[in-house]
Parts: sequence; structure tokens; C-alpha cells
Amino acid sequence: MLAYILRRVFYAVPILIGVNLITFFLFFVVNSPDDMARMHLGMKRVTPEAVDKWKQERGYDKPLLLNRAEDGARSVTNTIFFEKSVSLFAFRFGSSDAGRDIGYDISQRMWPSLAIAIPVFIVGILANVTFALLIAFFRATYIDYWGVFLCVVLMSISSLFYIIGGQYLVGKLLHLVPISGYDDGFDAVSFVILPVIVGIIGGIGAGTRWYRTIFLEEIGRDYVRTARAKGLSEPQVMFGHVLRNALIPIMTGAVAILPLLFMGSLILESFFGIPGLGSYTIDAIGSQDFAIVRAMVFLGSALYIVGLILTDISYTLVDPRIRLV
Amino acid sequence: MNTMPRYKNRPVLLMLVMLVVAGMAVTGVIAMFGLKPVFLWTDVLIYLLVLVIAGVVIYSRQHEHLRAPWRRVWRSRAGMAALVVLGAYVLVGLLDSMHFREPLLSVDASESGGHSVEVLSVFDKLVEPLRLRVEKTYSAPLAAHLYAREMQELPDGTQQRVYPRLQYGGAHLRDPETEQSADIVVTVSAGLMKGIGIAVLVSLAIVMLLARHYRATSAATLARIVRVQTAMAWHVVLLTLAIMLVGAMVLIELSGKYHVFGTDKVGQDVLYQTLKSIRTGLVIGTLTTLIMLPFAISLGVMAGYFRGWIDDIIQYIYTTLNSIPGVLLIAASILALQVYMANHPEAFETVADRADARLLFLCIILGITSWTGLCRLLRGESLKLRELDYLQAATAFGVAHVRILSRHILPNVMHIVLIIVVLDFSGLVLAEAVLSYVGVGVDPSMISWGNMINGARLEMAREPVVWWSLTAAFAFMFILVLAANVFSDAVRDAFDPRLRAN
Amino acid sequence: MMSDKLLSIQGLHTCFQSGGSTVRAVDGVDFDIHRGETFALLGESGCGKSMTALSIMRLVPQPAGRITAGRILLDGQDLLALPEHAMRDVRGKRIAMIFQEPMTSLNPVLTVGLQIGETVEQHLGLRGKALRTRVIELLDAVGIPAPAQRYHEYPHQLSGGMKQRVMIAIALAGEPQLLIADEPTTALDVTIQAQILDLLRRLQQERNMAVLLITHDLGVVAGMADRVAVMYAGHIVEQASRADFFADPGHPYSRKLFESLPTMGKRDRQLAVIKGSVPSLAREFPACRFEDRCDFAWQLCRDKAPRWLAIRPDHHARCHLNDPDVGKPAAPAAAAAMAGTESAVANAGGTLVEVDGLQVFFPIHTGLFKRTAGHVRAVDGVSIQLRVGQTLALVGESGCGKTTAGKGILQLIRPTAGSVRYNGNDLTRISARQMRPYRADLQIIFQDPYSSMNPRMMVADIIEEGMLAQRIGRTAGERHARIDELLAQVGLSPEIKRRYPHEFSGGQRQRICIARALAVNPKVIICDEPTSALDVSVQAQILNLLKKLQAELGLSYLFITHNLSVVEYLADEVAVMYLGRIVERGTVEDVMKRPQHPYTQALLSAIPQIDNDTGRTVIRLEGDLPSSSDPPRGCHFHPRCPQAMAVCRQDYPARTAFSDSHSTHCFLYK
Repeated sequence: MLAYILRRVFYAVPILIGVNLITFFLFFVVNSPDDMARMHLGMKRVTPEAVDKWKQERGYDKPLLLNRAEDGARSVTNTIFFEKSVSLFAFRFGSSDAGRDIGYDISQRMWPSLAIAIPVFIVGILANVTFALLIAFFRATYIDYWGVFLCVVLMSISSLFYIIGGQYLVGKLLHLVPISGYDDGFDAVSFVILPVIVGIIGGIGAGTRWYRTIFLEEIGRDYVRTARAKGLSEPQVMFGHVLRNALIPIMTGAVAILPLLFMGSLILESFFGIPGLGSYTIDAIGSQDFAIVRAMVFLGSALYIVGLILTDISYTLVDPRIRLV
Repeated sequence: MNTMPRYKNRPVLLMLVMLVVAGMAVTGVIAMFGLKPVFLWTDVLIYLLVLVIAGVVIYSRQHEHLRAPWRRVWRSRAGMAALVVLGAYVLVGLLDSMHFREPLLSVDASESGGHSVEVLSVFDKLVEPLRLRVEKTYSAPLAAHLYAREMQELPDGTQQRVYPRLQYGGAHLRDPETEQSADIVVTVSAGLMKGIGIAVLVSLAIVMLLARHYRATSAATLARIVRVQTAMAWHVVLLTLAIMLVGAMVLIELSGKYHVFGTDKVGQDVLYQTLKSIRTGLVIGTLTTLIMLPFAISLGVMAGYFRGWIDDIIQYIYTTLNSIPGVLLIAASILALQVYMANHPEAFETVADRADARLLFLCIILGITSWTGLCRLLRGESLKLRELDYLQAATAFGVAHVRILSRHILPNVMHIVLIIVVLDFSGLVLAEAVLSYVGVGVDPSMISWGNMINGARLEMAREPVVWWSLTAAFAFMFILVLAANVFSDAVRDAFDPRLRAN
Repeated sequence: MMSDKLLSIQGLHTCFQSGGSTVRAVDGVDFDIHRGETFALLGESGCGKSMTALSIMRLVPQPAGRITAGRILLDGQDLLALPEHAMRDVRGKRIAMIFQEPMTSLNPVLTVGLQIGETVEQHLGLRGKALRTRVIELLDAVGIPAPAQRYHEYPHQLSGGMKQRVMIAIALAGEPQLLIADEPTTALDVTIQAQILDLLRRLQQERNMAVLLITHDLGVVAGMADRVAVMYAGHIVEQASRADFFADPGHPYSRKLFESLPTMGKRDRQLAVIKGSVPSLAREFPACRFEDRCDFAWQLCRDKAPRWLAIRPDHHARCHLNDPDVGKPAAPAAAAAMAGTESAVANAGGTLVEVDGLQVFFPIHTGLFKRTAGHVRAVDGVSIQLRVGQTLALVGESGCGKTTAGKGILQLIRPTAGSVRYNGNDLTRISARQMRPYRADLQIIFQDPYSSMNPRMMVADIIEEGMLAQRIGRTAGERHARIDELLAQVGLSPEIKRRYPHEFSGGQRQRICIARALAVNPKVIICDEPTSALDVSVQAQILNLLKKLQAELGLSYLFITHNLSVVEYLADEVAVMYLGRIVERGTVEDVMKRPQHPYTQALLSAIPQIDNDTGRTVIRLEGDLPSSSDPPRGCHFHPRCPQAMAVCRQDYPARTAFSDSHSTHCFLYK
């Protein structure tokens, strides 16, 4: 088990290097640092001196991959790629193009993100499983047919509609909670509740339908017939047998996205003015702050890999058949 | 026996020739009017896609294992209704994909060759009034007045803030207060009557064509359709078609006199915008898949079949791409593109060219982020297939790898490809809206549902609310996505044998 | 006698919807089961016997299936009239059921103890310590060693035989009056089958339980049943006591089933076959359902359904031949053509393929860097010689490595060590490209006729594929002429070549597979269990065909099988395989009549016999086949061997030859 985890962490290194190469290619090869400087300083009439100054302040004044002016190891290390990528492996994110400390920003903005993401995640799964179980219970009846149709309808509605509709209905018409903003501590609840509800409703169609197919697949298995042949009632079969097995793909699937909850939700946060990592990313994209985008890409990839490893571990916990070697 | 292969290819050739001829004809007609045809990148790819779909249709008709599941799709009532709706969207999208530039009305008539920089489509021409009748600013649906008050000088010389009349919407009314409701009712009724008339005509034409196919009288065919005894759910097709035709006629009648969905901030007709958005949505939903398919299929199948180091490399590539959060990869790529475009303005002749390049690039990036799922599925399926006895049998005959891949593996994974392509479509259409909101979607100058929503959401804060832009965009997007989802359900039920067992 | 009747089924009809048509799976079934007796329901696949069992339990798959008519009386109470909650007290409590697939019938994520305990709790209301004690008693009763430890294990930790014992324990938990066993041993190996059948017999006697045994195997019926009903196409065609049935079967179908069984005695003639295949139950039957496959059928059989007639007391059959009121044709239409084939093959018997010390290992990776920590020794030193025009049977239970050996010989899996000499070349040492020409000579037929043909290709394309790869036939016309010829050779009409595999029955598919292999003019065909997925009557057709082709074309067969009666009928030489190694080799006479290795002896004695000569000594093997990743030290067989000695635990025995042809690896003969 430990060997397995170590091996997976070990495998993560080439993947993260690949991720860095991709972002490096996008930001420094497709466009040179000069291009970036010119864009940030405004397009018209930029003096070469201003460009150089901009680059120097941000450490973009080095060669991309190989520094011919240096000897030995320095020829590799004193480059943009090395300085901007390798420090990421130590989770040192450096400062943004606007000069702020990215690491500090992340540590501050993580919490509002989690305040939204965790309730959405937990309540969402509970709601989806409940509805899916209900639909599966009435399988091959009109409840099933129309339930699935309702799921398809809910899936077909843009998530932006849920957000705008939710804001309009709850915030503006009913004046129940503030439309946007955030506050620390217990006061956060009134700001968080609407985005959480919107987040849950936005995912309910797809989630319920997906879990329903998992349940139906399990219901068709031989062991369910055995359970019925024992004389168990339908609820006993569903909760005692089907649910236990169906939870394996559901739980492990959920675990995979658990680490990514840190990243927050891009649109929820920015619509509701939550100062989390999602809106942080959006703001960075809006202001074309490459340093932040690069840091968030790296963080996202690392968390994704953590999710993969957690998935495998969670399999061993919920499925007695699986043992990691 | 020798004629067999040639016979098989003939319909494909015929189809190709017909398409090329049709394309040349349209280009010729466009050119005849002194217009300069413009082939945007996405247009070319759309024509290619049409060709691919035509090829798939012909191929499916010749192969029983594909014909049988399609017959199940044709029988599905919900699926057929969805298909008709999708067909209407596709029609608008295709019309909007034939582009040209109009000749400049130059002072000197002898000096020809100059063309406007504005790229228009056949669809633009068809709905020209919608495009040109621009008001000053916001106006509500079917309104006769602007939504904003303006200072106006009254006849008595005093100034007053009033809601001025619109330049085009309801301009034919003398006193909107009293006449407007009645006029709308009359117009709608006229639309209804015309719509019903056209629907009846179209239905009759279809029934007569079907009658020839069945070798029966039209009455007998109609009876068969009504009693639901046809192999295809024709009753649903006709009903959906009728509803759509009636709806379209009402819209057409109304839009001649009013702005049916109002106007936006710069006074442009919202109906025109939503219709123009259809092409953007369709392009993103389809071209993305078209672009990613070759990679996903070839890499996935190869990884599963060859295993070993080939598998390792392909798995590494897709795990790496997958590990980057999709939106961030798209954002990073679009940012890079923006910088590139800002620094190379000379590469793009017109605004349309630039917007189109960005649209295509967005499709490519979306393709890169979305091919991994299909690739992984195909790899898994190929892994299963390679252990099957018939592949072992082929190996035992010494059949070459390429042939095994093309004859045994590919045909047996194509149903998965089809299911995923149809399934992905709706997700991509929805993604466009979100990406445009984030600021990494299509070019701001391109009309799309995402841009419409993005532009209109700021107005939600106004009192009273400007709701029509949002509503129209959401509604048109919803109908398209719902139709696509329902259709994809029908396709999956028909093609996925595992689900059918339930 | 009436009080003796436990279950009475009257006019049962069950149908289900499938792809737009109604399948009448059970179409008017009547029978009674008495207390404490074993009633066997015998029939081929698709005859409706499993659906009958599910109908009794009211577990017909919903919503596709429906019981449309009939009464199922348990102690006089109609189960079909019970509300669902009352039916739950019947299931598991009064009637219990075990299924064919022990692998999938247990819940994979719950412990064995919990799954048994659930039933005990449901029907006996025991809890806590009493519950646990009861479960362990049950585990003990079904012969599971160390039951207290097994209590906490999960199904995947148990072998197939053990899982079936757990299923039986679950069934016994409610102390039922009737146990329905639906093909309880079909998925198991023959030595494990013997264990399970013994267990069922013992439990039935101890508990005076009635058993409804559903099976397709005449041997199992002979060993277990008190009374027999033969089911065909949705209804029962014959019912009798076991003695009467085996002494004098009354229905032509039953008789044919006996005649189509391969045995040593039928070696030099063709097996009797039932022509055609089991009819689809989606159609209606106005007359006799067996008419189109019956050798005796005459006009009346096509016009009128036969009555249920008594041949003697308690022996009934549904056939016009037994009807005294019906005028029969003077001479029954040509009775089975039993003309013996010319077995005179030029048995020159030169060695064609020589396999020496063949090993196929699969590495097991563990640890941080996926080091190879060990190997699954699937094939561990197999040496065999295949002679021209002869059949060598490779016999063994599942997991012994026989299929892997076959694929290793064909280089479909690259062997780890050893040599395969063909035509003077060692196939293990040549490249895939050099191998290509030899692929025409060495062909293979697979077990599962459903997965061995690409469902997306037409029959003609399937057969043509090998010809194209081997460049046989210059033009398409030439190849198609050859395809027609091949189809005729395997007994199919050339018209079928434009159709797809799914349109054919299992037997027809296997014929197409044979035609495909023949298309490249092979010299050797490896037949990997080609008949084990087929019904007995169809198996006979395929065996006849293989025998005919061998006589005509001088083919050599490596016949991989677990079915010893097929071996007796078809093979010239036999090699018995156990855990990757060959333990005994010899001519079919040697091995079948004078088996020397204790494993061969046990294997032979485990086969259920139809002619129940009481003098037969039955050797029951204990335990299961060990894992080939960690074979036992010494002789692989010693943990299960009734005659194991000290030396057997130390070393692997060397080869002992009894004659030129007959040899074994066993210390008994040192």
C-alpha cells in the first residue's frame, strides 16, 4: 500500500513536468516575454527600456530554456523555465505580475472557496443519491420515465441561468439574502447559502441520472436475485445490497474530485462575489496575469493527481475485492 | 462478385459529386449577384462535416449492424421530435455558414472589384430587415416605445422626459396605446393561419412521398401514420414539424412589424441575435468533436491494441492533459492567442476573419481538453476486444495489424464514438456560454448566446429589469440542448447493448 | 399419498417480452413434487426450465416477464395468489433456491457470515450470538473447513466450489421444505461437481428436504433424481421415475438425448444427432413441438399436438407414437441413420508437431518499481507430440493451463521457454513475420461460438479473411467459389454467406468457425473446448463433423477439453494436465481404461455415469485446484491426493513409463 502510494507520487512527477511544459509553451514560446510586456504596458509606443524594465521586475529577462552566458548547471537553472517551473514543485508560487504574493493569496482565498464547495459537494451527493434511489425504486414506471425526463430538462438548462435566476428570485424579488459579497466567520452563512443552493440544483440533473444508471446496473446483477430469493423485502434489497455496491463507484468518483474542491467554482464565486480561488482565477484571466494562471494550472494538476491517488485508496477501503500492490 | 466493391462506393461518389455541384452552384449564384464569396475556416470545416455525415449515413445504410440500431432510433418518439428540432437549428446554421462580401457602392461605377469589409451570410440576407432595423437602445419585446426616457421638445416648446416611439418597432401604429394589442392579436392570428396552411401542405407532401415509398395510396399511408404503424415515428415527425412551422410563421409575421424579443443596448434586434447565435453554438458543438475525433480514435484504439510502450506514452499524454483543469487550459490558450492576435493584427483581413480564427482556435482547444475521455473509453474497449476470440482468430491467420485495427477493432468501437459525439454536443453548447462569461469564449464581436448573456446580465441590476435578452438566449439554447440531450438518449438506448438489457 | 404432495404446478404459463415479440418461456407446465424426493427437470438451454424455477419463486425478471396463467400450490396454498409480502415468507423459508453461477450470485462486498446470517435473521429471528453460532453451524454443515474464520471472509476469497457451498448454506438457513437447484454444478469442474452433488444428496437425506434439480446433464440426473421430467420448448414432454426413464425412455427426444452422448463404445460410428436446433419460443406451436427434428414424424405430428399419455403407471410422454387411438404409419420414417463411417484413416502417425518443455509464465509485479515478484506458471513444462491424422486430447480442469498451452503452441501467446517444432522449425524462435506462412497450417477453433466471430462482418468476409491474409485464391471469384465449397463441407448452405453471425445458432456458428479454419487448408487444428458451450444434441453434430473432416482431410487435432466422455469418443491419445504440467499420457485405451495417476483416476470416477453400476468405486477429491502462482511444493497434486506419501511433499516425481505410449509422473510407480 505504501509502496503503491510512493509509486504513484513518483509517477506524478513526469506528469507535472508535462503540465509545466505545456503552460511554458503557451506563455513563453507562442508569445515572447516582450510580447507580454508590450501588452501589459499598452500597445502603443512602448519604449524598449520600459519593456526591459517590466521584464526585469518580474524575472522574465532571462533566456527561455538554456542560458548560454552561464556555465555548468547555471546554464540550465538561470532560465525562465527553470525559475518559473521548478519553484512550483516546491509550491513556491512567487509573485503575480501585479506584484502580489500568490502563495499568500491562495492561502487566504482557499477558505471562502471551501465554504461554498464543501456544502455543494456533500449535500449535492446526498440529494443525487436520494433522488436516484427513488427513481430506481420505481424503475420501469411512469415515475421513472418522467423522473429521467426531468433530469434531462434540468441538465439542458445553462448553469448561468440557475445563477442569474437564483439571484433574481431569492435576492432581488424575495430579498432573503444578499445577492453577492462575503464576510468572515458566522456571517458568511447568509452569503454562502444562495450559491450553495444554486450549485446543488445545477448539478442535480446530471448527477441523479448518472447515479440512476449505476443503481440500475447493480439491480440487474445476480446477487440481487439471490437476495430476493432469500425473502428479503424490496427496501432490504435496495439498502442492504444494491446501495452498498452502487456506492463503490459513487464514492470513489466523488473522492476523485475532493481535492479539486480547493480550486473553488469559477462562475459561482465570481457571480456571487465570493473572494475564493475561483474568482481569483477569473480575475487573473481577466487582467491577463500569467503568473497567477500558471500557478493555478499547476495547483489544479497537482490536486487532480492527488485525487487519482485518493480514488485508488478509497477503492481499497470500500471494495474488499481490491488490494493495491 | 467483382462488381461488389465498386457498387458499394457508387452512392458515396454520387453524393460527393452532388455536394460539390451544389456548393459550386451556391458559390456561382453568390458570385452572379456581384458578391464575393468568402470561405471562413469554420465554413470549410462545416462543409467537411456535412460530407462526413453524408458518408456515415451511406455507410450505415449498407451495414445491417448499424441499420438495426438506427431503426430503433427512428422508432423512438422523443428522439424523432428532437431530431426535427435539431434539423431546424441545423438549417439556420448552414444558411448562416455561406458567407460573402457585398460590392461597395462606389461612386465610380466603372471601378469594380471593391468589396465591403463586412462579411455577410446567406442567412443575413434572408433576414435583412431584422439586421438593419436598429433602434437607439433597449426596447421591450413587441414594444412601440424605447425602454429609456429621453428629453423631447414638446410642441409647446417645453421639454419633457418621455419614452420616445421606436423607429421601426410598431412604427405602423398611429396610437400604440389603443391599437397595439389588437394589432398583435391580428398579426399572430395571421401567422397562425399561414403556419397551419403551410404545415398542412408540407405534411401532405411528405405523406405523398411516403405513399410512393410504401407503394400505397396517400389515404392509406396517412391512416398508417395516424395509427402509428410505420417503422419510423412519422406521426411525431409531422406533429413536431407542424408545431415548428406554425411557430416560425407567427414569429415571421410579428417580426415584420415589431421587435419580437425586443432590442438590446445598442438597439439591435434580439431575435436576430439569438438566431445568429445558432451557428456559433453549432460550430462549437460539432467542429470540436470533428477536430478531436481523429486523435481520440486513433490514439485510444492503438493504446488498447498494442499496449506496451505505445500505451504508456498515450496514457501519459492524456493523463497530463486531463490533469490540467479544463477551463484553465482553455483560458491559458486563449490568453496566449489574444496576445498573439494583439501583436499580429496584420494576419487577419477582416473582423469576421479574426473572430472566426478565434472560434476555430476555441474549438481546437476544447477538442484538446475533451478528447481524453473518449480516448480512455476507446482504450478500455480495445483492451477488451483484443482478448476476444475473433481477434485471436485473426492473429492466428497472420492478418496484419492495420487490417485487424480497421476491420475488427474500429467497427466494434464505432457505436461508442457515436454515443460520445452526440453526448458531448450539448455539453459543448453549454460550455460556450460559461466560457464567454469567463472571458475566454468566442470573440466579443461574434454573436453568441454566451456573449448575449454576458452582455445582458449586467442589466439585471437595472430597475426595472431588462430581461428579454437573457430570456431569449437561454430559451434558444435550452431548446437546442434539450433536443440534443433527448436525441442522444435515443441514440444511446439504441446503440448501447448493455443498457438495452435492462 | 395426497398428503405426500409438497408442490403442485398446474398449467403454468410464463412469458416475457423480448425485442418486440412475446417469448412463451413456460408454456403449460404441470408436475408435482413429493416431500423429501429429488425431482429432476431435464432440458437443453432455452427450453424454459430456469424460467419455471423462477416462476415458482415468483422471481421472474420484471417488468419484461409475467406469469400469465396457472397455479403453484405449496401444501395446497396457491403461491400465485399470495400478496408480495406473504410471498417473502415463502422465499428462503419454505422454498430456497441456488443458482448456476456461484461467482456472481453472492454479494461481493458483504461477508459470507453476513449473507447467510441475513436469511437466518429474516426467517428464524435469531440475533447476536445465537445468530453467529447458527451461521457457523450452517457453514460447517455444507462442509466448509474452519467455518469460524470463513465467517468473516468475502466471496472473492473463496473458490467456485466454496461459493456454491455458501449458496447452499444460505438456502438451508431458513430450513426450507423445498430446495430448487438451478444447474448447481454446471459452472464447476467435474471433481468439484462431484463434491457438491454429494453434499446435496447428504443434506437432502438428513433434512428430508424435497429438491427440484434443474439440469441438462443426464449423468447428474442418473446420480441424483428420484423422478425425472424432460422439458422441451416450454413444456414437459416426458415424466417418469428414474429407473423407468433410464431403462426405457418414452419420447423420441429423450431417446435421442441418450443416443447423442459420446462414449467409448460409439467410437467407430457416428453419433446420433437431433437435426436442427431448439426452436425459438417466440412462435406458437399448433402441433408437436419436436416434429421438425424428429426422425419418426409423420403428417399427424404436423397437424395435431400429441396428448399426455401414460406409457405405464407413473410414466407419461407427449408423443403420438404412444397413442393407441392414433393410426401410425406402417413403418416409421427412416430411423436414425447409424451407418458407421470408414474409420480407416491412413494412420501413418508420423509426428507433426513436437512440443517440448513448453512454459508460459505471466509475471506478477509488485513493490515500488513494479518488480517482477513471481510468476503465474500457467504452463510449466508441457511436452506432447501431435501425430499426423490423429487426435490428441489435452484434458484438465479449468485453470490447469490447457488453453494457454494451446495458444502457446500457436504463438498467440509467446512462450517463456521450451520449443514447438513444426516442419523442422522451432516456432518459438522465429519472428512474427516468419511465422506468418505457418499460420495457414496451424489453426484454432474456440470454445465460445458467440465471441469467436466479428459481429460486424458477414459470413463470407469472415471466412475470406484468412484466405486473404494467406493469399489463397487469386481472384474474388475463386475465393467465393471456395467459400461455397467450405460451407457445403461443414453442412451449411452457401446462401448464408451474406448473413451476419448473430443470425445463427451456437451449433451453426461453430460450423462457420470450422469452415473459417479450413479455408487456409490447415494440417493441424487446435480445438479449444469447441463443444462445451453447446447442448448435447448439437455437440454430437459438431463431433461428427470433426470426425468426418479428419477422415476426409487427414487433419490432426489437439483437442482441449474437460469433458472426458468426448475424449473417449474422439481421441486417439490423451494427455492429462494438472496445474500447468502433464501428469499422465497415453493412448485413449491406456488412460481411460487403465488410469495410473491418482488424479486421472479421480477425474474419471467423478464423471456422473448414466449406467449406475454399483460396483464403481468413487474417489472423491478434497479441496480445490491450488493457484498456479504458488504451486504446492513437491508433487503439485499431493495436497488433494488420497495416496500422498512423504516423498510427494518433497520432490516432483519423474516420468514413469508403462509402455511406449503410456507414462505418468507419480511416486507410486517408482
